[in-house]
Amino acid sequence: MNTTQRSGVLNFMHYRYFKLSSMLMVAAIVTYVLAPVGDEPYGGTWLGYVLGIVSALIVLLLLWYGIARRRTPRVRYQRPHPKNGGHKQAGSVQPDFSLRRWEDRGRHLAKDAWSHGGTLQGWLSSHIYLGASLIVLATLHTGFQFGWDVHTLSYVLMLLVIASGFYGMYAYLNYPRLITLNMGEETLDDLLHKIAELDELARIHALGLPDEVNALVLKARQETRLGGSLLRQLSGKQRNCPTISAARQILQLGSKYIKNEQPELMRDLYAVLLRKERLVLRARHEIKLNARLQFWRYLHVPLAVALLAALLAHVVAILFYW
Amino acid sequence: MAEPMVLPLRSTMTFGVGIREDILQNWREELAKCRVNLRVNAGVVGISGQRGAFRITLATGEMMTAEFVVLAIGLQGNIRKLGVPGEDFPRVQYQLDDPDEFNSETIVVVGAGDTGVENALALSKQNRVIFINRQEEFTSCTKANFDLLMAEVTKGRIETRVSTRAERVEENTGNDFPLVFVVQTPLGLERIECHRIIARLGAKPPRQLVESFGVRFPNSDSTAVPQLSEQYESNVQGLYIVGALAGYPLIKQAMNQGYEVVEYILGNPVEPADEALLKAKFTGVPGVGSVSEGIALIRRNQPLFAALTTLQLREFMLDSTVWLPPCGDMLFKRNDYSNSFFSILTGSVTINTEGKDGAVAAFQLAAGDFFGEMGLLSGRRRSGTAVAGDNCVLVETPRRSMLKLLYSVPGVRRRLDEVALKRIVRNSLDSSLPESELEHLVQDAKLKQYAVGETLFNEGDKADGLYLIRRGSVVVSRLIAGKEVVLAYVSAGNYVGEMALVSNMPHSATVRAASPTDAILLEAERVNAVMERNSSIRSKVDSRYLERIGADALPPDDEFSGLVKFLMTHGVGEATDVLLIDYSRCIRCDNCETACADAHGGIPRLNRAAGATYEQIHLPTSCRHCEHPHCMKDCPPDAIHRSVNGEVFISDSCIGCGNCQKNCPYGVIQMAAQNVHEQRGIWQIIFGTSGREPSPEENADGSSMSKKAVKCDLCKGISGGPLCVNACPTGAAFRISPEGFFSQVARGSKPSQKEPG
Repeated sequence: MNTTQRSGVLNFMHYRYFKLSSMLMVAAIVTYVLAPVGDEPYGGTWLGYVLGIVSALIVLLLLWYGIARRRTPRVRYQRPHPKNGGHKQAGSVQPDFSLRRWEDRGRHLAKDAWSHGGTLQGWLSSHIYLGASLIVLATLHTGFQFGWDVHTLSYVLMLLVIASGFYGMYAYLNYPRLITLNMGEETLDDLLHKIAELDELARIHALGLPDEVNALVLKARQETRLGGSLLRQLSGKQRNCPTISAARQILQLGSKYIKNEQPELMRDLYAVLLRKERLVLRARHEIKLNARLQFWRYLHVPLAVALLAALLAHVVAILFYW
Repeated sequence: MAEPMVLPLRSTMTFGVGIREDILQNWREELAKCRVNLRVNAGVVGISGQRGAFRITLATGEMMTAEFVVLAIGLQGNIRKLGVPGEDFPRVQYQLDDPDEFNSETIVVVGAGDTGVENALALSKQNRVIFINRQEEFTSCTKANFDLLMAEVTKGRIETRVSTRAERVEENTGNDFPLVFVVQTPLGLERIECHRIIARLGAKPPRQLVESFGVRFPNSDSTAVPQLSEQYESNVQGLYIVGALAGYPLIKQAMNQGYEVVEYILGNPVEPADEALLKAKFTGVPGVGSVSEGIALIRRNQPLFAALTTLQLREFMLDSTVWLPPCGDMLFKRNDYSNSFFSILTGSVTINTEGKDGAVAAFQLAAGDFFGEMGLLSGRRRSGTAVAGDNCVLVETPRRSMLKLLYSVPGVRRRLDEVALKRIVRNSLDSSLPESELEHLVQDAKLKQYAVGETLFNEGDKADGLYLIRRGSVVVSRLIAGKEVVLAYVSAGNYVGEMALVSNMPHSATVRAASPTDAILLEAERVNAVMERNSSIRSKVDSRYLERIGADALPPDDEFSGLVKFLMTHGVGEATDVLLIDYSRCIRCDNCETACADAHGGIPRLNRAAGATYEQIHLPTSCRHCEHPHCMKDCPPDAIHRSVNGEVFISDSCIGCGNCQKNCPYGVIQMAAQNVHEQRGIWQIIFGTSGREPSPEENADGSSMSKKAVKCDLCKGISGGPLCVNACPTGAAFRISPEGFFSQVARGSKPSQKEPG
């Protein structure tokens, strides 16, 4: 769709941050290849220090995104200037015209700020590209020297954070569209409400039918699960879903109950259960997509905090053993 | 209630905001203290005689004499009745004091105004209600009341009869229903058996009665008010008229007028209550030393207001401002969103306009001219820049006062329309058109009004002329393979119908109003004649024609068509700046809402999840800053304004009446208690604790806090533009104006985010 061609997170400002991080990476690789390397641990060389400091600064910047995202840009109301410019105004002070003057001022200020200021989209775009560039920068910083120590721990934690971030990017780019396709204008609450209504309807239909049918309906009502544990949310399935099996069995039992109004009731009940099945599947799909869209952050953020701690330990250790 | 706020109260009687019963009680006590000779139940049926010797006849036949008479009888006493036989039966009521008084009755409610609808709604709780409307549609009640009524109708609680007139009321003896209401429906006579008829048909000036006193009215219009002197004296000397009958429906005005009239009669010099205010407005204007000189200056130099009485002019000036801008000062800029109206008393003003093709033109206006009417009428950005000339004295009138004037004084409306018509023709067709051709073109031009969805013309209709869109917007569509496909969206200031005109064929497409639209129809013959004589206008219309042909040759874009239809159905046609969310990118983090709440006292002004969705485009519940904002319609303190940048915002003078909330068809205004809310600090964010809790909606003493209306103000005053857009991490939220959006989508290029500011 045309509307989706507005600049996205990846091509924000004509790939500004892609270019920036590419340049960083290329510069790092070129210097690494060309610079002479001694015998000491790589991180201790001048290039190792430079790469380390740059990487650490980038990590801090990336962490700051978590705060920027939650923090509204400071609200700075432009106080109207008490003297409105130029006009000789007849009579008493009327708020209307002076208001217009203030607005004029406001407009120019706002425009200036807009052209210099950042949007959260810009933040996210830089977060992604700079984060990805760390793979190269930090790896070069290690000089491919790994061990069972806090230094390598920081490196591994960083890779895990980046990996979860990559998954997150994939999720952000793909799941939103699927969520809309699945839900349209409805919300999960709407679906749950409808499911409850159908449960009630199924119960009423089943009243005129034998116990066997009532048991199925009751089971479908009480044991159908939506969501639940994280794994269940992520899978979006329930093994032997009672609603689905109830619908199947009602279909099979159709030939058994053929007295009086029973066939009609069975038909209606089957239709109700089918409708419920469709809603249940949609609700599970919604829960699944949302879980997949969101869960990675529960890895990304704690890992990032752990990384920060490990990084501090890494830096302190280095300074200590200087 | 204590409106207008700017006016001081003259009377020694107290009056302020409060409930009706208290105010009446106060008055009763104060009247008693003043030892006023008060006669109740004394209907006056005749006044004759003259100043110094009036004879007043009461309904009882009693006669009184008086030196002077002040009529302050208002309108309410003269209730409109059904006007059919049986209208005076006791069970036919014209008032409803307590709807709970009636229970399990069948009640017919007549009158589709707000009172009628409100009565019907209240009665429907415990009665069967049949609602009768003379008209086909419910146009005389507010949208909010209409919606409530329709909701009840859908639920089956209220039955309605439209296009139905009362025929007669009969008494019934046969069964439980005491009345039979015979009505004429479109399907024939219907006899409605009922317990009660409640007719709410409004009131009218008791004109016959007043005329029988010898008072003259200026015209036969049913809403006309008697002609009065500056001292509220009618043509009958010694007979004064104040209050609603004189055209002043507000209580404070009437009290002041009563005070002044008595002082005039006693021969005490008294200035009208507004004298000091008006005097302040005119100070500094050369050659004007007093208010009456100022009023005389307006009368002399501004023919637009010739139809106003002195009293009306004074009231008009109370809302307006006099400006003495230095030469060369800019009054408003092209593309500003201001919508006030300017009239020139002395000096000159230059208007610089720029056509769609970039052609620049300048017009010189002089004393007696006015400008700013285009923004006022179209609700759009200013079409030109106005610069003050030498010795300029201007009157600036706010939108609301000007609209009120246009609706209430037909003379002003006519004059304004004449001039505005030529200007819009020149502006949208060809700015170089000579005056004589313009005159020729606008003769017999018709102003046509369309409701949303109404067609201006259908595909295949005979070409009748050129439609200039003065207000609103239209959608051009065509039937392709049995499906209506939208081809274009055309906004105010443009025209449609040129295809048929140039090709001399029937209309090639259907054009429908996308929002309430005013169009000016220029006759085909005249347009053709003018085009023959003027190559410049011919070439302009021709190039427009070729452009359209080119666009039509492109394969129809179903997606565009569907999106336009979706947005139109949801009222985006009348929007100026609407928030859309591209759901294929929205990660449902609700950061837009959070940021909005953070910046606006903890109350978000949008609801991300609510609202309609079409494919991947979501229209959240959030203000669209309509061209003609519904919220502004009925705001008692006039607290809702539009800034030059286009934001419609609610100022601090909101009194929390809730009218705007009811009037907004898009449900984007909420009433909220004013909280103290602080933004979260960094440590609070890191540790996930919240900022200072918004104070609860109750004060310490348990009284509920006053609520005020809140709505989106496009983050006016926050540098960087709307936070809902800036706080979106994935760029899913964007703001558009329909014009920009549709023209870009139609051309197949990518719509860019609207630049804020």
